[in-house]
Amino acid sequence: MQSPTLLALPIVIPLLAGALSLIYWRSRKAQRIIGVLGSSGLLIASGFLMEKIWREGTLVMHMGNWHAPFGIVLVGDMLAAFMVLMTGVSAVTTAFYALGSVSKQHEHFGFYPLMHLLLAGVNGAFLTGDVFNLYVWFEVMLVASFALLILGGERAQMEGAIKYVTLNLVSSAMFLSAIGLLYGLMGTLNMADIAMKIGELEDTAMITVVSMLFLMAFGIKAAAFPLFFWLPASYHTPRVAVSALFAGLLTKVGVYALFRFFTLIFPFEGTLSQSLMVWIAGLTMVTGVLGAAAQFEFRRILSFHIVSQIGYMLMGLALFTPLALAGGIYFIAHNIVAKSGLFLISGLVFRFKGSYELKELGGVYRQYPMLALLFLICAFSLAGLPPLSGFFAKFMVIRAGVEEYAWWLVATALAVGFMTLYSMVKIWAEVFWKEQEVCHIKPPRKFRGGTRMMYATVIMLAGLTIFMGLAMEPLFRICMMAAEQLMDTDGYIQAVLGVTP
Amino acid sequence: MITLMSFLVGGLYAAAIYMIMRRSIVKLVIGLVLLSNAANLLIFTSAGMTREAPPLIPYGALAPEGAVADPLAQALILTAIVIGFGVLAFAVVLIHRAYEIVQADDMDQMKDTDT
Amino acid sequence: MNSLSLVLRTTGYFLLPLLLIFSVFLLLRGHDEPGGGFIAGLVAAAAVCLHLFFTDVPSTRKLIHIDPRDLLGWGLFLATVSGVPGVFMGDAFFTSQWVELTLPILGETKLGTPLLFDIGVYAVVIGTVLTIVLSLAEAEE
Repeated sequence: MQSPTLLALPIVIPLLAGALSLIYWRSRKAQRIIGVLGSSGLLIASGFLMEKIWREGTLVMHMGNWHAPFGIVLVGDMLAAFMVLMTGVSAVTTAFYALGSVSKQHEHFGFYPLMHLLLAGVNGAFLTGDVFNLYVWFEVMLVASFALLILGGERAQMEGAIKYVTLNLVSSAMFLSAIGLLYGLMGTLNMADIAMKIGELEDTAMITVVSMLFLMAFGIKAAAFPLFFWLPASYHTPRVAVSALFAGLLTKVGVYALFRFFTLIFPFEGTLSQSLMVWIAGLTMVTGVLGAAAQFEFRRILSFHIVSQIGYMLMGLALFTPLALAGGIYFIAHNIVAKSGLFLISGLVFRFKGSYELKELGGVYRQYPMLALLFLICAFSLAGLPPLSGFFAKFMVIRAGVEEYAWWLVATALAVGFMTLYSMVKIWAEVFWKEQEVCHIKPPRKFRGGTRMMYATVIMLAGLTIFMGLAMEPLFRICMMAAEQLMDTDGYIQAVLGVTP
Repeated sequence: MITLMSFLVGGLYAAAIYMIMRRSIVKLVIGLVLLSNAANLLIFTSAGMTREAPPLIPYGALAPEGAVADPLAQALILTAIVIGFGVLAFAVVLIHRAYEIVQADDMDQMKDTDT
Repeated sequence: MNSLSLVLRTTGYFLLPLLLIFSVFLLLRGHDEPGGGFIAGLVAAAAVCLHLFFTDVPSTRKLIHIDPRDLLGWGLFLATVSGVPGVFMGDAFFTSQWVELTLPILGETKLGTPLLFDIGVYAVVIGTVLTIVLSLAEAEE
């Protein structure tokens, strides 16, 4: 049996890069080179993986030649491949941005090894086809994120980290308990195997209990209502490169897990969990955007917007039609690009002006018009103006809502879109447009190499959000293919186990 | 035996949640330790219990004789313990650093990042 | 840390080499029998921690010679690389590859990639535990 080695590369490359940068922890230069090479290698490998899955359909790799359902499998379907590709994009931007922004002490403390470890965990979670293995990758990702979060050791970081660590550990404990109960019920932990056998089970009450536990666990990870409080309390505290990486990837892994579990394993349509998901999606959107409206600090506003955008993704899942799922998937990809871009811009503003507080900032447009333009692109994309990627993301989800006659959800999504625009305009007016208080004005700084590198990554992300809007046709086909694969659980089981249920 | 274990697991969860609700950060970490142990014991219990039959295959045989304990559940627990160990070691370092910086062991004094 | 207990110090110097040898024994034993890299690594790390109890951080650092972070890096590298040979033999990642050798003293010996993986895990465990313990102990002093 031909085994697709390509499938393991998105996990192995960051692991190797992490090990190498640990070995060379004394040399700053070596770590930077490994950081760039490793993340670029990841992006290239994920591009090839995507192309292969596009041509050949779902790929399966039985690790160590132990066949499913006994061994651990890696399963690459379109959704996983698309997510891995976006992880690659996120990795490259973070690595390049870090060249300019991460200080010497942080590199010495282990920024690069931790970044690679985080990427390995994220990719592992996307690609695995085994429930317990998913837990392991989640934990790999979490441990790396804990350490990245306190890089710098300021008081706010410590306070944020305690909340982040506690709530994530509680969520992990729930995840683990759910796995234990599921194993007790099914006697297997291979996702395809469970999906095949769960219909035969008579104890439906127990299945509901387990599915609710998973919903809670992933809901915390994904920062869905009402379990999102850790996110705005911690995401604005770490270094900007770290914030951007977190904002781009971590919550999306939770959303991905929800997409995977509630399409493949737990019967979703017309059940309690679906109507629950509708409420969760709507309330997540609303609370996130209202929280953002009350904030006057650049990164806190952005953090609350992560929460509200998660709502749109969950709306895609809650509606549960191919178009809605495709919209949700496209929304995840769009959000990774636009949100990372905005966080990186906030870092550049901080570098020039030395503050994140809206009322202390101002006059950026006059001094740095290029940065203002980049902000406008990313912000309009986030708010959903055409022809940027955010418009099509919202359009797909809302269109699916109209088709399903989910009027309340559609109305909420539209209203939240306007509120998002309001938030973005608020930032624009305060940071970029208004005159800064005279006493604080610093003269424009000369661009050093590092700043130029930071600029380049933001330009890349802004370009990507325009490109994703313009190249909608092929992307739409990719997302539809991913969504149809999600709906077609028999195809997944067939690919992994080689039997037709 | 399973009934007894169920009560034990439930008790551990209750104790863990009680500890997590306390204001002291040290107690919070103790609560997290208890919580991860409770989850491990839950896996152990729900996988079924077989006494005095370790899952070892005799020399030369291809399968164990008779019913043996489920090795997969044990492997899961071992992995979970390893992960829990790593995470909790980190949590201890974290609260130590936090204590040095904040100079308090009280959640109520850590509200700067809340809004 | 000052060494208060004479008993601990005296027995410690005896126990340290014994524990380290026992950890190597566990490491090499554990493919078909109970043992393995993780447990062996914990035993070795516990031995070094014991040394830390009755001396201080600088002398423990001197005892282990290399920085624990190096151990961590090399271990992770070795463990990841041990999955690669399988690919060149046309199998999936992490498929075990075995070589049978007749060595002068040991006789018939089977060597394989799982051993490499276990040694990697051994180094990772020692590296992780000692990095954490030593940094905590340094913060105390």
